[in-house]
Amino acid sequence: MKRIEAVQVIMGGIHGALWVHATGMISREAFAQGDRPESFYMIGSMGLNSAIGVGLALNLPNRTVAVLDGDGSLLMNLGILATVGELGLSNFVHFVLDNASYASTGGQPSISNAVELERIAAAAGYKHTCRIREIDELRREVAKVPERPKPLLLLVEVAPGNESEVARVDIPPPQIAERFRQEACRR
Amino acid sequence: MLNPPALAAKDFVDRLQAVGFDFFTGVPCSLFEPLYRELARRPALKYIPALREDSAVGIATGAYLAGRQPVVVIQNSGLGYSLNAYTSLVLIYQIPLLTLISWRGYGGNDAPEHLIMGARMPRLIEDIGAAFLILGETGGLAEVERAIDLMRKERTAVFLTIKPGVLR
Repeated sequence: MKRIEAVQVIMGGIHGALWVHATGMISREAFAQGDRPESFYMIGSMGLNSAIGVGLALNLPNRTVAVLDGDGSLLMNLGILATVGELGLSNFVHFVLDNASYASTGGQPSISNAVELERIAAAAGYKHTCRIREIDELRREVAKVPERPKPLLLLVEVAPGNESEVARVDIPPPQIAERFRQEACRR
Repeated sequence: MLNPPALAAKDFVDRLQAVGFDFFTGVPCSLFEPLYRELARRPALKYIPALREDSAVGIATGAYLAGRQPVVVIQNSGLGYSLNAYTSLVLIYQIPLLTLISWRGYGGNDAPEHLIMGARMPRLIEDIGAAFLILGETGGLAEVERAIDLMRKERTAVFLTIKPGVLR
């Protein structure tokens, strides 16, 4: 499946969550899917979107926090899996779109084809993890997210490469943060 | 140059709490040992151990977005690891963030691994456009109020450094 199809299925299937999107094409594809104040788009600091998710999930125990990650982004901050597992965050949902490459910088290979990230997450204490290869399977797994034990990590194998003509996130960063904060603190 | 008189960690944390700081994350430094002890005694103040300093900055940013007033507590060696987290996250998204940063290598009297960062830290912080304050410099705990004023007015990162022997 294409990465943008996975983004559509995931974002269309999870309701009421706060989203933290990985740096690069993942943020752009999430933005293209439909901008919303409850989306935090990382434009720099690759790898720290999952850490932001931890700070949110700890302090908003009644909200679902969904991190839309990439394999390169997660590998850059692999230690966050240990933090999430140790904290046992019961409102933390981690999606990893794995194309085994750094697509945003031209498709250089990452090492995730040799590293089973979902097994590292399980060893770190995530309560539900699985690897998904087909889009129908992704639809079924996304529908089951509310009832699954958490923290949870779904690793989704996606095709390498990028869509042409996916717009950049054109909202000024302070505005992304401020409207997200208002949304997060609203209830 | 004489060191400022030692400040009690209890008074310091009281003052941080009084002005609204309520969430702490970081990576340990031996200079902050009295501070961790004080934080551990206060169930109202959460301290979340991060595995790297840049992760601490990310976790603190998430806490701010969730409505908290976070503090990052790091050794100055961690400034190198986290510099990009300040320049491409905190500063550009205008996250008001206090960082308590130890000053290992202060005055050139320390282990070799701390000397370069110890000598360059203030310049490095000022060069990226963040604010730099020294705890105890104007007597007592006045820098805590200065820090929160700066953070709120400028919506920026404020580094409050603590020299060896200042916290007891």
